[in-house]
Amino acid sequence: MSQNYYQKDIETMPVEQMKKLQSEKLVKQVKHVYDNVPYYRNLMDEKGVKPEDINGIEDLHKLPFLTKADLRDAYPYGLLAKPLEDCVRIQSTSGTTGKRVVAFYTQHDVDLWEECCARAIVAVGGTNKDVCQVAYGYGLFTGGPGLNGGSHRVGCLTLPMSSGNTDRQIQFMTDLNATILCCTPSYAAYIGETLKEKGYKPEDISLKAGIFGAEPWTEEMRKGIEEALGIKAYDIYGLTETSGPGVSFECSEQTGMHINEDHFLAEIIDPDTGEVLPEGEKGELVFTSLDKEAFPLLRYRTRDICVLSRKKCSCGRTLIKMSKPMGRSDDMLIIRGVNVFPSQIETVLLNEGYQPNYQIIVDRANNTDTFDVNVEMNPEQFTDKVSDVLALEKSLADAMKTILGINPKVHLVAPKSIARSEGKAVRVIDKRKLI
Amino acid sequence: MAIKQLTVFVENKQGALVSITDILALNNINLRALSIAETQDFGILRLIVNDEKTAEKTLTDAGYLIKVTDVVGVKIGDEPGKLTSALSVLDKAGINMEYLYAFMARTEKHAYVVLRVEDNAAAEEALGDAGFHLITEADIAKL
Repeated sequence: MSQNYYQKDIETMPVEQMKKLQSEKLVKQVKHVYDNVPYYRNLMDEKGVKPEDINGIEDLHKLPFLTKADLRDAYPYGLLAKPLEDCVRIQSTSGTTGKRVVAFYTQHDVDLWEECCARAIVAVGGTNKDVCQVAYGYGLFTGGPGLNGGSHRVGCLTLPMSSGNTDRQIQFMTDLNATILCCTPSYAAYIGETLKEKGYKPEDISLKAGIFGAEPWTEEMRKGIEEALGIKAYDIYGLTETSGPGVSFECSEQTGMHINEDHFLAEIIDPDTGEVLPEGEKGELVFTSLDKEAFPLLRYRTRDICVLSRKKCSCGRTLIKMSKPMGRSDDMLIIRGVNVFPSQIETVLLNEGYQPNYQIIVDRANNTDTFDVNVEMNPEQFTDKVSDVLALEKSLADAMKTILGINPKVHLVAPKSIARSEGKAVRVIDKRKLI
Repeated sequence: MAIKQLTVFVENKQGALVSITDILALNNINLRALSIAETQDFGILRLIVNDEKTAEKTLTDAGYLIKVTDVVGVKIGDEPGKLTSALSVLDKAGINMEYLYAFMARTEKHAYVVLRVEDNAAAEEALGDAGFHLITEADIAKL
């Protein structure tokens, strides 16, 4: 593939020059946050760090970390660095324990996010001659709005499909000759199966590339999707806390994702000690937003475990690359693209009058995650009628869906039947083989 | 008047049922009737036994989830049409039924029907008025 870039000067910038740019931005950003975000100012003061102690990226390690817990504590406005009249948008993460994470955007923030997505689209060969079908969800979820904006900027004809309604996806895909598909990898696989059932062959459709993210996927899945759709399948990474998809993206080499490091400064740390690890070592990914105005998180711990690499890339980009996340440093599960914490299940059980004894079983069938929760029955609720027990299962599943945003299959089991080993119970059984 | 039914929650696992009947046998408890309602995940085992108190205690002690429910037991002739006439009585009285199961007596020419209805007292009154013989815990113990 001949290489195209959306912002060539940035994407191929010599590393030393990039570091200089990052340093300049960091110094400004730390001052902006210190002056406008009392929550982070307190963290810096507690650590005894002043903005003037930060003179470049070599001083980054002096700054305190932010975690998801901070985002919840500070909900909704505690980390906002701009007056609300300067903000034009919010996006939100898929459910967390009671409180969601809400990220704010100024127009500048939306622009830089969309530019990051545009870089990802151009990196897979996208131009203004392409028809880009965006089948990520639109709404609070960042997937749809992010790729939609990127597609506009590249000048693609954008099909804002949102997720679901597969018959309609296929109708538009075939009638309007979509060439780029953006969605979760599991949905891409599902579209592939549906096309086959309807009698389409890969050569009957015009797709050439797909940009798939928001959930973990394997190389085998990549191969399966590429064969089913007759395309090249590319990974994309991002999180609402930093902006959304487009924090990093794959290029033609398909060996890891280039981080848009002019906007998002990446570090790898030891998740236990917080020590910064040298390039090439496996650890927790930490991001510092260098340009964001409204919601500029400094040293935000993603909990994703991965490796960074500056190895020369055949695509010509000099942007540092990150591996696919290899796991998590907390107990968060990503099920059907939605973040699920076991503690959320526990909260629901306590609210509904159950003992917090449960087991989550996640597996993958037909490229879609299955999500089962075993819960010990409350003896007081047991009756001789099957319909009563089924109704209890349904109401518990509904309560979980309200908090989690996805539907589990709840199974009531006999009291004390879920193993309580000495020490910590096995709460999660993840049978998906993703790495 | 109603008789006691033991309801046991049974997980769909191999050997789950036999371990229950084993406990009952070891404690000298005789089964009079049983029925199982099942779903993909679990079964609900309903038992009429000769000694409900002992059965409840031994199964509870063994860690089973038990519920004791009052049900209506009615004796009917062992011939075609008798069940229909008993059910018609309930239907006419407007009494909704959840489920029923039946068992035969060993010596007499009779069948017994266990009925789980919305309103036990109303069902018993309607059946009694229609001339049906309702069975009691004492009857069960003697069977």
